Amino acid sequence: MLAIYRREMGAFFTSGVAYVFLAVFWLFSGLFFYGGVIGSGTTDTSSLFGSMFLIVLFSVAVLTMKLLSEEKKNKTDQGLLTAPISLWDIVLGKYFAALTLFIIAESIVFVYAFILNYLGDVLWTPLLGNYFAMLFLGAAFIAVGVFVSSLTENQMASAVLCILALLGLYLSEMFVSGFENGNKFQKAVYFVVSKISFYSRYIEFTRGVFSLPSVVFFISAAFLFNFFTVKVLEKRRWS
Amino acid sequence: MIEVRNLTKKYGDKLAVNDISFKVEKGEILGFLGPNGAGKSTTMNMLTGYISSTSGEVLIDGIDILEEPKKAKSKIGYLPEIPPIYIDMTVEGYLSYIYDLKKCKLPRKAHLKDVCNLCKIQDVRGRLIKNLSKGYRQRVGLAQALINNPPVLILDEPTVGLDPNQIIEIRTLIKKLGKRHTVILSSHILPEIQAVCDRIIIINRGEVAADGTADEIAKNITNKHKMTLRIEGPNHTAEDKRVIAEAIRQIDGVKYVRADMEREKGVYDYDVETDGKTDVRRAINKLCMDKGWNILMLQLSDLTLEDIFLKITMDEGLDKAGSAKSDKSKPRIDLKTSADGKLSAVQEDEEETENSFFSEESDENDGGEE
Repeated sequence: MLAIYRREMGAFFTSGVAYVFLAVFWLFSGLFFYGGVIGSGTTDTSSLFGSMFLIVLFSVAVLTMKLLSEEKKNKTDQGLLTAPISLWDIVLGKYFAALTLFIIAESIVFVYAFILNYLGDVLWTPLLGNYFAMLFLGAAFIAVGVFVSSLTENQMASAVLCILALLGLYLSEMFVSGFENGNKFQKAVYFVVSKISFYSRYIEFTRGVFSLPSVVFFISAAFLFNFFTVKVLEKRRWS
Repeated sequence: MIEVRNLTKKYGDKLAVNDISFKVEKGEILGFLGPNGAGKSTTMNMLTGYISSTSGEVLIDGIDILEEPKKAKSKIGYLPEIPPIYIDMTVEGYLSYIYDLKKCKLPRKAHLKDVCNLCKIQDVRGRLIKNLSKGYRQRVGLAQALINNPPVLILDEPTVGLDPNQIIEIRTLIKKLGKRHTVILSSHILPEIQAVCDRIIIINRGEVAADGTADEIAKNITNKHKMTLRIEGPNHTAEDKRVIAEAIRQIDGVKYVRADMEREKGVYDYDVETDGKTDVRRAINKLCMDKGWNILMLQLSDLTLEDIFLKITMDEGLDKAGSAKSDKSKPRIDLKTSADGKLSAVQEDEEETENSFFSEESDENDGGEE
């Protein structure tokens, strides 16, 4: 696992994906920081985290798109699958490499906190709460991205599929928001969608609620999609 | 060292590999030979655990590859058809990564140096793989397989894309490796297999068509010794043909005689098969002397590996095409086509001569052509 992790970390930087990812992430978080936090004269960074949801969604797709699709396309997966390691080693090695880069990216908020420090008192509790919320959100998103990447041989297809899947979940929530007080069927749909929604669970944190069930949800989603990825690799072997 | 039992692979309805069984002893170099799409790569992918088998089992040093994959895979060095190299890494970085991936315990620096020296890539160690030529990439692929000194090496067409010098180098290298490793090597290049391998398995349509050394296979395929004779009888007629064939058939050790077509005017060829124990050439010579016939040609048709390969891999295809004609005189396709050419020439001549009164002229023309 460690060998794969190290190689992927290296590949992120040699292929330039890391630079694009970090640039996009930092650019937008900087904009939101400037507009939403400094601009409105507050030291509460919650609005920054709220705005970052879509940026995380898009940038994670870029981050994970080539992780497994590229291996399949270049037939380097033959080297991995015939090496004396398990499928979990392969998937988790790649997963944690992407997650590490994500953590590096989101840790920019500590730089913002440092800046805020000169302007007033930093509200550390919501900042840390949001920081971890975003970490869990990223963990779940990356798992979805790695999973989608295992389904295709084409990076672009992988990225688009990943965005579609995550955006679909996000938009379905908007779509069913009127169902809350509808008939039985509508209520059932609303119940299911709101239970598997990433957005409203995440946004809860930015409003100051550190909800443990949501943390468990994100971690479970991450585990589940990594598990699916392992199954996809296994199925390919048996097909 | 490697044992394969009733290995079968189906892709949907398509049977890619059908019930293959063989054993490879320690220190043996086994050659996998077969036309494209015969199931060589599929078999190798199953041996290395890249894909599963539909049924049957693969034992590497007594360990089942599907039951204890990690343990079995650690004993294999595999070079797939397309080397699994990451082109955005340097050779050094890549080999170091493979070293970690295989959890190699040997001293890193010394081992990587050894492997690089063995594959002759020490001078490109610092370069990015994407800037290397196909030959170098292939050697990096081989180096990757050699890391951690696995007792079993499986190489899928290792010399593809190399120039002739490199091919010879790699062959010598493989031969050298064969002393310490058990090697399975696939190729559709016959001289390569013949030069390197102790034993050959010919795969065709997913089945083992032949197994053994080149000589053994040749013997099994031909089964009996065959020869082609051209004997000139006294009368230059079809009657000669019958008499001569009958006389040869009486010789001890001859199992089968078939009079072939007329190769020269009034002279026929005879395909003779013997039981393989008796040398009938002297007896035939004596027979001809006694009867006053002349032997114009005697050709032993010992098959080369190339003939065998063609015979095994083409037979079914030709049969399926249903052309009994080409089957009949397959060993001499060249001759046959030339005979065809003659035939058509003769026919043309005949047409012409029909226009110009005499048929004798056509005979002269014919003779002149021969």
